[in-house]
Amino acid sequence: MAAPRESQSTRSPEPMAAVAASAAGPGTRAPAALALRVVAECGRSKARACELRLPHGTVATPVFMPVGTQGTMKGVTAAQLDSLGCRICLGNTYHLGMRPGPELIQKAGGLHGFMNWNQNLLTDSGGFQMVSLLALSEVTEEGVRFRSPYDGTEILLSPEKSVEIQNALGSDIMMQLDDVVSSTLTGSRVEEAMHRSIRWLDRCISANRRPDQQNLFAIIQGGLDPVLRSKCLEEMTKRDVPGFAIGGLSGGESKEQFWKMVTLSTDQLPREKPRYLMGVGYATDLVVCVALGCDMFDCVFPTRTARFGSALVPTGNLQLKKKQFAKDFQPIDEACTCPTCQRHTRAFLHALLHSNNTAALHHVTTHNIAYQVWGPLGPDFIG
Amino acid sequence: MKLSLSKVAQGYRLGTLNNLGRKGDRTMEFPGCLLYTRTGSAPHLTHDTLQVISRVPVMTQLTLSSLAEHYEVLEEYKEGIGKFIGMPESMFYCSLHDPVNPCPAGYVTNKSVSVWGVGGRLEMTAAKFMSVQQALQPDWFQCLSDGEALCGEVFSAKRARKSVDRSLAFLDECLKLQEQSEVLRSCVMIGVIEGGDILEERLRSARETAKRPVGGFLLDGFHGDAMTKETRLQLISAVTAELPEDKPRLICGIGQPDEVLECIEAGVDLFESFFPYQVTERGCALSFSFDYQPNPEDTLLQQNGEKEEGEIGDCIDKVTTTKRVPETSFEINLKEKKYRDDFGPVVEGCSCYCCKNHSRAYVHHLLVTNELLAGVLLMIHNFQHYFGFFCAIREALRKDRLGQLKELICSS
Repeated sequence: MAAPRESQSTRSPEPMAAVAASAAGPGTRAPAALALRVVAECGRSKARACELRLPHGTVATPVFMPVGTQGTMKGVTAAQLDSLGCRICLGNTYHLGMRPGPELIQKAGGLHGFMNWNQNLLTDSGGFQMVSLLALSEVTEEGVRFRSPYDGTEILLSPEKSVEIQNALGSDIMMQLDDVVSSTLTGSRVEEAMHRSIRWLDRCISANRRPDQQNLFAIIQGGLDPVLRSKCLEEMTKRDVPGFAIGGLSGGESKEQFWKMVTLSTDQLPREKPRYLMGVGYATDLVVCVALGCDMFDCVFPTRTARFGSALVPTGNLQLKKKQFAKDFQPIDEACTCPTCQRHTRAFLHALLHSNNTAALHHVTTHNIAYQVWGPLGPDFIG
Repeated sequence: MKLSLSKVAQGYRLGTLNNLGRKGDRTMEFPGCLLYTRTGSAPHLTHDTLQVISRVPVMTQLTLSSLAEHYEVLEEYKEGIGKFIGMPESMFYCSLHDPVNPCPAGYVTNKSVSVWGVGGRLEMTAAKFMSVQQALQPDWFQCLSDGEALCGEVFSAKRARKSVDRSLAFLDECLKLQEQSEVLRSCVMIGVIEGGDILEERLRSARETAKRPVGGFLLDGFHGDAMTKETRLQLISAVTAELPEDKPRLICGIGQPDEVLECIEAGVDLFESFFPYQVTERGCALSFSFDYQPNPEDTLLQQNGEKEEGEIGDCIDKVTTTKRVPETSFEINLKEKKYRDDFGPVVEGCSCYCCKNHSRAYVHHLLVTNELLAGVLLMIHNFQHYFGFFCAIREALRKDRLGQLKELICSS
């Protein structure tokens, strides 16, 4: 890359309702809640470094967004997450919509207020969890119909309902409800889902009551079929959404097919809008997908694997509970400057992981978050 | 180590321990408590989250039961437990057992005492015990002792006598071994007072232990339900009367605020801080007031915050589960439905990280959804509250207001 990467974002003290005033040209509509500035572009790949301005501050991309499913980043406090340099993380609409529910969260001042997280938040639509977590869910044109696992009542998650919940959560970025199908599926269902996702996108856009504070992203579908995906891209890019996610991948497909679809998508997405590749988080995938032109990533893997005592390192991961680490007096990673590596050895973590003190999990979670947020996408990724 | 008393009255002592630590430059106030840890770490807390707590004790309690199985690792590490666990700045007291997880009875012989680690039972002869201490290099450690004076559920005079005899024998053996090791000579041995509920045995244990060159005393076997409160306090007072003034008195297994105050009045100086951990584990937050000289406005705020508490009042929940100690009147249970939409802090007026940054509703949500952060936030609050309580005790002693504090605590 020609230009050096700019420094990490600074925190704004209050949410900005209208962000893009300066970027908007003459004769444009009301300012959007998002502005993307491309800071540097790679000469050899499609990688780019950007500044993404959102209501709760600026985020430097490419960015890895840790997943804090139920309004918490597992054992890590909001203050710790902040000091690890995290400027945007995820909350799950399905989980939070069930417990504690959108009304309560709204009363608490949105998810930001409820968690006391003053940086950015991205919420998903709830669709993916329902389809993957619930045995009995049914998709119709209306929405996704399912039974609550807590009290058995029947619930319909429609595009309107999903946006309504996300409006109550007050996330800076919200995702459209999409018709999700497995990437290994073929046939007419894939095409049906793609078209429905477009219709649902339009319904979501209409339903968004806070477009000046919450950014609705579209999700490109079409499975592994280049024709379907291109069709979806053609249609969805006609809609004036602040950003696009590449969906329907990171399922059971082969790496080759996966990368083909990613690069096809980024080829047809506008340069000046952020590209969010959903569910991608393994280090190698991150590096490749940045080179293919993606800006934003999320994955539960780093935080989930931490809770099994697995620490992420450049060469893969260390299963710290294994005997081989009992007398290993190095830190997890010599080059890592996270609080865990600054103070603790693999041997201590090994011993602590074999106790029932949850602090062990927090040490590894902290390291893994730092690793993902700084590591593969850190200032050196340009390499 | 030098003990300075600034006040002695009605049984209690207020003072400082000076010239502590490797460099002899550290100080500890008493009455006070030690930081409770499990496998060398404060429960739920990493260094960063421990740092946000005010008044963390200068001395940390380690348990031999959680660390003995790592003996080989520590031997190879060579630099002592403080550095190994990432707390190089702290002082350490190593107790034999964990106050929260009492070990099964029947595993003490004339030659050894067993401790239970994660990997199972570890038999500690005096020699093995001292080599483990050599690898740990704590500032203070409880001497190997026989803490069993019960035969089943009741005290047995015969068993009590044996516990005293054995503990003295272990003490003498360990003192000999200490003499032979340069590393161990720089550690302070804490002698253990045993004797069950037999006054004669308690006195014998106290007098005999006091004859040995120990640096302090641990009053063992006063926890649990086997003794009545009256007996316990009588015995503690009798024991401390036999002990030299210039050495600290520790007690194990006592953590409830009212019991702490009673023991202080009976001459005890130092306590453990496992109680806030137990409160945390049952999803509760310490809420008792130790502000015996409150601002009338604050009292009103506290009362309003607690107004629904009146229904539950100060009755102690007698429902016990196999693992959990029942809730006390010193805490609120944040899992209760009424906290679901309570956006106030866990305890009004508390300045801990949890109360400054989060609401009861949020902690309730974390508990209901079984999230790890619940333990982190509650542990922060509970430790800070408890350490604040000890600070208030010292303050009350300084100002001769112990009676008022006691009244406040016992009416919780």
